[in-house]
Formats: sequence, C-alpha cells, structure tokens
Amino acid sequence: MATAVQTVERENYLNAGYGLKSWLLTVDHKRIAILYLISITAMFFVGGFFAMLIRLELLTPAGDLVSSDTYNKLFTMHGITMVFFFLIPSVPAVLGNFVIPLMVGAKDLAFPRLNLLSWYLYMIGATFALVSMISGGIDTGWTFYTPFSTTYSHTNVVGTALGIFIVGFSSIFTGLNFIVTIHRMRAPGLTWTRLPLFCWSNYAASLIMVLGTPVIAITLLLVALERLFHIGVFNPALGGDPLLFQHLFWFYSHPAVYIMILPGMGVISEIVTCFSRKRVFGYEFVALASIAIAVLGFLVWAHHMFVAGISVYAALVFSLLSYLVAIPSAVKVFNWTATLYKGSIRYNTPMLYAFGFIGLFTVGGLTGVFLASLAIDVHVTDTYFVVAHFHYVMVGGMVMAYMAGLHFWWPKITGRMYPEGWAKLSALLVFVGFNLTFFPQFVLGYMGMPRRYHAYPPEFQVLNVLSTAGASVLAVGYVLPMIYFVWSLRYGKLAGPNPWNAVGLEWMTPSPPPTHNFDETPVVTWEAYDYEHQPEEEVAVGH
Amino acid sequence: MWKNLPLFPEQASSIAGQVDGLYFFLVAVSAFFTLLIFGLVFVFAVKYRHAVHLRAEQIEGSLPLELTWTLIPLGISMIFFAWGALIYFQQARPPRGAMEVYAVGKQWMWKFEHETGQREIDTLHVPVNRDVKMIMSSQDTIHSFYVPAFRIKADVLPGRFTSTWFHATKTGTYHLFCAEYCGTQHSGMIGEVIVMEPAAYQAWLANGGATGTMAANGQQLFTQLGCATCHRFDTQGRGPNLVGVFGKPVQLDDGRTVMADENYIRESILSPQAKIVAGFKPIMPTFQGQLTEESLGALVSYVKSLSQPQQKAAGGAPEPAATNQSN
Amino acid sequence: MDQQRETSTFGMWLFLVTEIMFFGGLFCAYLIYRATYYEAFVAGSQTMNIWLGATNTAVLICSSLTMALGVRCAQIDRKKMMIILLLITMLFGLAFLGIKAIEYHEHWTNHQFPGPNFQFEGAEAAGINPQNIQIYFSLYWAMTGLHALHMVIGVGLVLWIVIAGARGRYSPDYYAPVENVGLYWHFVDLVWIYLFPLLYLISKKHGG
Repeated sequence: MATAVQTVERENYLNAGYGLKSWLLTVDHKRIAILYLISITAMFFVGGFFAMLIRLELLTPAGDLVSSDTYNKLFTMHGITMVFFFLIPSVPAVLGNFVIPLMVGAKDLAFPRLNLLSWYLYMIGATFALVSMISGGIDTGWTFYTPFSTTYSHTNVVGTALGIFIVGFSSIFTGLNFIVTIHRMRAPGLTWTRLPLFCWSNYAASLIMVLGTPVIAITLLLVALERLFHIGVFNPALGGDPLLFQHLFWFYSHPAVYIMILPGMGVISEIVTCFSRKRVFGYEFVALASIAIAVLGFLVWAHHMFVAGISVYAALVFSLLSYLVAIPSAVKVFNWTATLYKGSIRYNTPMLYAFGFIGLFTVGGLTGVFLASLAIDVHVTDTYFVVAHFHYVMVGGMVMAYMAGLHFWWPKITGRMYPEGWAKLSALLVFVGFNLTFFPQFVLGYMGMPRRYHAYPPEFQVLNVLSTAGASVLAVGYVLPMIYFVWSLRYGKLAGPNPWNAVGLEWMTPSPPPTHNFDETPVVTWEAYDYEHQPEEEVAVGH
Repeated sequence: MWKNLPLFPEQASSIAGQVDGLYFFLVAVSAFFTLLIFGLVFVFAVKYRHAVHLRAEQIEGSLPLELTWTLIPLGISMIFFAWGALIYFQQARPPRGAMEVYAVGKQWMWKFEHETGQREIDTLHVPVNRDVKMIMSSQDTIHSFYVPAFRIKADVLPGRFTSTWFHATKTGTYHLFCAEYCGTQHSGMIGEVIVMEPAAYQAWLANGGATGTMAANGQQLFTQLGCATCHRFDTQGRGPNLVGVFGKPVQLDDGRTVMADENYIRESILSPQAKIVAGFKPIMPTFQGQLTEESLGALVSYVKSLSQPQQKAAGGAPEPAATNQSN
Repeated sequence: MDQQRETSTFGMWLFLVTEIMFFGGLFCAYLIYRATYYEAFVAGSQTMNIWLGATNTAVLICSSLTMALGVRCAQIDRKKMMIILLLITMLFGLAFLGIKAIEYHEHWTNHQFPGPNFQFEGAEAAGINPQNIQIYFSLYWAMTGLHALHMVIGVGLVLWIVIAGARGRYSPDYYAPVENVGLYWHFVDLVWIYLFPLLYLISKKHGG
C-alpha cells in the first residue's frame, strides 16, 4: 500500500489555476471533461437509486413497496436519467473531451468556448429534469408516448421535456465540436487512416448526434406545446396521429443507441490493441464499420413499432434493414477477437472490462437479432425480453466500456494509478452481478411478463428475485470504483506519461498533461497502433 | 419443462408452436456464436498471455476472413428474416370467415363485445379451434392486447381500429396483459382469455344477457343519427348505398381506389371529407365527438352485415339486422 | 487565420444542418397531415393574408441581400457601409416580426388558435371536420412561431455584429463572425421561403 503521500510537482492542467472561477470559466477541454465526469457520475447514482427501488419493489408480485404512480415515475425517471444524462454524454463528454485533442495532437478542441457552453447546457438541462423529478416526478416512460404524455399524464411532462431539450443541445454542440476537430485539427502526418479508432468511433457517433438530436428536440417541443397551448398534432381527438409521434421519437432514439455504443466500441479498440500489444485486426474494416453503423442506424427506427399499427410492408422493410445494421457490429466483434490471436495479452483491469464487453455485447447484440425477427418480436416486444436486451448492450456493453476507458485513461487524467486489486475485484463483481440481474429477464420476457409492470402474476416471482439479487451485487461493483478512484487521487501511485506503454499521441505528454497539451506540435510518421516498433517495457501494475 | 421454472408459456394457438420453433432455432444459433466468441476470447487470452507469449505477432488483417465473417452472418440473418417474415404474414392476415370480437381498451380495463351482443369485461370467452379476429380501438391512451400463450400482441389505438387474430388450439384459461404503458393501473389492466369447447361456448353465449347483436344496435344508430336519410338502399340517395360496400374496393373522386375496411368506415363517419366516393358530392357532416367507441363498433358491424347474405354462425345467434333491399 | 475562419464556418454549416433536421420534423408532420386532411388544410390556408405573407417574403429576401452585401463590406474593409447594411438588415428583420405580429393578432381574435376556444365557421356545413383544421393551425403556429423565434435570435446576432463592428473588431483578416451570422440569417430566410407557399398558398384547384 502507499506509504508517503506523493505529489505531482510540475505544472499541469490540474494545478494551473485554483478556485471555483478557474474551473467554472475554464475553456480547457481537460477541465471540462472533469466537470462532466463529476456531473454524470452524480446522475448515474441518481438513476441507480431509482433502479434500486424498482428492483426492490419487484421482489414481490404485489405492488407493496411504493404506490403505482410512484413506481411509474421510478421507471420513467430511471430511463430518462440513464439515457439522456448518463449514457449519451458518458464516453464522448468525459473521455472524448479529454482524449481526442490529445489523440490528434491538438491544443484543444476546435471550439473551446462552445465546449464549455455544452457543459452548462448539460447542467441546466439536468437541473430542469431533476427539479421536475423532485417536485412531482414524471410518469410517461422515457418514451413519452402520446396521447398519454400530452393529454392523460398529470405529472411534470413539460419541465422534464424541456430538460431533455436543453441537454440535447449540449449533445449537438459536443458532436459538432468533435467533427470539426477531427476534420481540421489533426497534427501533421496524421492522416485519416492513421487515426486511432477511438476517433473514428466518436466521429461516427458525432454524426448521429448532429443529425439525429434535433429531431427529438422538435418532437419533445411539440409535446410541450400540446400540453401548454393545445397545439396538438398528436392528439387523436383532432385527427392527430399518435403514430406520428412514435416515428419522430424513434427516428432519433434508435440512432441514439448508436450514439451510446459507438464511443464505447472505440474505447474497446484502444484497449484491446494496447493490452495485446498489437495492431487491431482489420483496421479499415473496423473504421468503416463505425460509419456503416451510423448510416444504417438511421434506417431502422420503426423496428420499435412492429406491433404499433404500421403496415405489413413497412414492417418487412424495417425488419430486413435491422438485420443489416447488426452486421457491422458483428464484424467489429470478430475483429477484436482476432486481434487477440497471437497477441501478448495482459490482464490489467481495462482489459478485463474489455473482455467482459466483447462477451456481453455479443449476447446483447444477438438478442437484438431476435427482436428484428417479426414473428418473435410480436411476442416479446414490450416485455422483459426487450429490457434484458437493451441492458445487455447498454450496461454489459456501454457501461463496461466506459469503466474500461476510465481505468485506462485514469493515469493520464490524474497522474495516479488506481489500485489494481480492488479494480479487478470490482470488474468481477460487475460481470457476475450484471449477468445475474439481466439474464433471468430474457426468460421472464419470453414467459410473457410485460415491462413497466408494478405488480405481476406470482409465477414470475422466482426470476424477479434472482434479478434483484444480481442487482445488489452489481451495485457493489459500481460503488467500489467510486471509492478507490477518489482514494487514488491522494494515495495512488504516481503514473508516468505512459504507464501502459501504449502507442498514441496522448501517451506522449506528461500525466497529467500541461494545459496546452504538447510543448511542440507533434509530427506523426507512424501508423495507428504501431506496437511493432514500440520498445518493450514493463507495463505498470501499480497498487 | 420444470414446473417451477418454466421457460416459455403454454402453446395454445396455431401460431405458438411456429414462433417457439423459430425462437429455439435463434437460441441455438446465438448460443453457438456466443460460445464461439467467449471460447475464442478465453482461449486466446490464456494461450497468448504475456507470461508465455512474450512478443505479439503483428497481423494486418485478412480480406478473405473479413468477407467470410461478413457474408456468413448476412446469410444467416436472411434466413432469420425470411422465416420470421413468413410466420408474420400469417399473423398479420386474419383468415376469411373468422369470428369477430370487438374490443375497446380504456384506462384500465378491457371491454369486449361479441357480434352476437355478448359483453364482457376483462375476460374473453372464445371457442377452441376457431379463427377469432379482434377488432380493437381505445377510448383514451394507447394500450396493447397481449396474450402470451397465443404469442400475439397488437397495440390498441385511439382514433383507429387495429386488429389481430388467433386460432386457439387448447382449452384453458390464459393471461391477457395490456402491453403498452397506459398510466397508473397499467399493470392492473390484465384479464383472462377462456378457451372453451364449442358446446360449452354455446352454452355460455346462451346464458349471457345480450342486448341485441352488434349489428342490430348499429342499425338502430344508423336510423337514429339520420344516416339512412342519405345512405338509402337504392341509387337515389345523396350518399352511396352501403349494401355490399364492406370488404370491396371503393373508387374515390380523385381517382384513388381504397379498400373499404373497418378504418375506412370509421374515417367516413368521423372525417368524411378525407375520402369522397366518385360521383358523390362532399356534403356528409362529421359525427366527431358524438359517438363512443362502442357505437362506432356497432355501426361498423352493421355496415359489415350489409355485405353478408347471412351472419356466420357465431354461436347460433339469430340473424342480425335485416337488410332492407327495397326502400 | 484562414484556417480558423474556415474552421468556424465549417462549424456554422454543421449547425445549420442540425437546424434543417430540427425544422424537418415539423415539415414531415406537415406533409403527412396535409396529405391526409387536404380539405381541412385548404380551409385553414384560406384564412391567411396572402399579401402580408408575400410582403414578408419580399422583406426577408431584401434583408438577405443587405446581409450578403454587409458581409462583402467586411471582406473589403468598408466598415461604415457594413454597419449601415447590417442595420438595414435588422430593420427588415424587425419589419418582418411586426407584420407577423399583425397576422398573429388577427388570427388570435378570430379564434383561430387551437384549443378549447377554437372556432371556425362553416366547417361542419362544408363537411370538414373542424378538428382537422385545428391540426393545420397547430402546425401554422408552431412552424411560424419557431421561425419567428429564430428571427428574434437572428436580429440579436446582427445587433451583436453591429456593435462589435462599430468597435472595429472586424477586418479583411478577421470577419468570420460576420460571415457566420450571415449564413444563419440566410438559412432562416430560406426556411420562410418554404413556409410561405406551404402555409399560405394551398390552392383549391390542386389535384382535381
């Protein structure tokens, strides 16, 4: 264990100015990333708190812990918090913000002040949403289906919708910033085909952010207008079409899931290469797969509506396209697996999370294939099968990728190593707890248990109890890193510029980096993941 | 399977076995690929760990491999797609001659009405081995009619009729769930589908206090609301003669041809300007706001009856509304 | 500086793409409902004052001209002319908003705002479901309202450029903000050029 407290001496972005103002008015992408880290971690635990109450309620078939209205608010707020205020910003706003300028050899993002604005928009949006949740809550489901959300719900729909509207612009501006940065601010010699895949993935996700988010903005705005002023285009009493809402909503919300997963996939590419000491297998294919996912992702939205009343022909088209969008993801999984072949593999925590990702994302992705099948979807849509599917890709996939990235770049961000033993334990707890929580839900769903049910028939109880048990293990797995990351800030072993001996521009500056990132603009003369020419050194395993 | 931990609901409809068959095929293929990936990752992680494999071998990639693992999943996907689509076609097309039951979903109950006039709440009695078509609409929010044992589900919408159908193959009592979140008591909007032997079903029909068949109720409304004034049963009316209209194509004044289904009838009553039959003037008033879902169902049932020489024996009920062939 | 200008313009173009997607949702809803309830849309459209709408269209087109000329002045270092042109642009923008306010007032007093107070004489008699006409008006108020909001923001942006320009902040070496505000202004103008025919000019003679 650490003995004397070690401190970082030289000037870096963390000690380049003290006081609240230097943080709240910063334009340094690294500080903004830290601001995001704190905010989204807080929102993660808010969402997790709601999840805990949900799982506790579902221990028994009767609705006996909270009232029906409260339960409906719980799952709604869990979804909204996790999707809009945690998953969508997580990797881009924290890791992307911090690492992308470093990875491309730039001083900062293209529009640093816009970056700060993005964070403020996030905070304002989160405030609206939290205030709405505390002062009455919202019970429409995160999907806001009309006419329930426009006409029948008695909760704070407008306040919450406004919060999401605002945080949407945070997302749009971040995406805009990334696209312009990657296009225009790469260091000399850093061609597109030498870009780390983390940049490719974030680029693809940013395209979706920029093109898709405005659609949900206008959709929620219309919902708010209908509630406030009766300007109702979704109101069936006026001849409005509730299905129009669903089309507009899912036109964004399906690509949104790719906003969530693509940056995570980018993290995995970085980690698998570093801890196999190898170039990624099929670099061009992985890069193009990211773009393919982004493009195809815009073409499949109505697979959320197979039983909603769309025509048979529409259903066929969207089913076919949904199969197509699965292929690039499969290609990526195969490429990562092939990267391991004849590598020199180390089991550091980031790599353990990456292994977990590959396995769990595979399961989650395959169950998406079930849902793309029309006949099966008719039976399992709106049941726990769907809940299990998206938690596998979002939590087993995305959150694990986020944890992987956090551990991987922690030394760069803070200059400290986290404690490896505790970190490995947490990774294991997360993996075990996660599977125990969500695998039973596949069975529950096929058995017919619908989602968003406060009370359920008794025959579903055993599986629900298993699920809740798993959730308690999972919770521990998430709380531990909170504790040891904070601990590491003061007592963690000092990390040098490149504790993992990784290839990449971000590892060629000190840890933590100086405010201006590089003393001299680097010139890139090597291919991505050039591990062949990386001199061998001991990879840090610090406690 | 195991009584205490079953893995799938009873197979109680003609389609259930087929859906389960596809499902298990998908489970098998998924299990294969999952084990393959898990296995490869595990084997590579152990075999090539740093302690025994000091130096990584840089491998750029392999076009043949990329093509293989792109095209094979694509091929398998297309099999999944085709198989699922074929079953779905069956699910989406109710066979002719199906017995029809109207359903109105409202927060938080199901209201059923058989064509013979029988009404039920939250419980639906149907005969076994009979095609049953549900014609559904909602009084308020979106609901969804879900019977896991039949493997069917269809959203129930305000402002529109939606439909689904099933052919129950086993007698028994099965869960009915609302599967689209609809507010406070969404999880309480559950019921039962009771599948009975034909004789038992007849007995049940005879016992219930029917208030006239749906079509007869519809005929009453047709007269009360003044529809008969324009929609005469000859060619003199200001509106089209509705005999024989249902289920056939209709020529509109802008050249389009549409099918006269339940939603066409509904729209003609509520938004008559949307589609004008060729040769007629756009003078029909709207009845928006004047009719409940049940009334709409009754009117639709009546118009349907004008296209049938005799009502199908939905349990030996008497002939529905007599159709006046002369004025 | 060139790279910076190109970069910031790239950013503005990207932002305008998001605006297209934003308005796109409304246009999508409009197209669907117009196709479904054509007669109701015709009826609603006939309450629009075509002359006021056409005047507004002309006003905006002229404002785009003065805006573009203003950007040109920034490029060639004619500061005074630039300020004048930008001020005229602002005036045009305010004129647009004024005319819009007149139209809104008229529609409001005629009970042509969706909700419990909506009234539309003659609808039922003509066999048109007045509820469907409310959909037309919902879209009218939402689309023109959102557009007007963008105009207000645009006027604010031009004001900012005028003030900064008066202080000598722009030169042929650095005029990116002027150019970018110009891009935004042209975009908002373009949205109106679509809105005008779609909302004001739905003709009864269409489609036989």
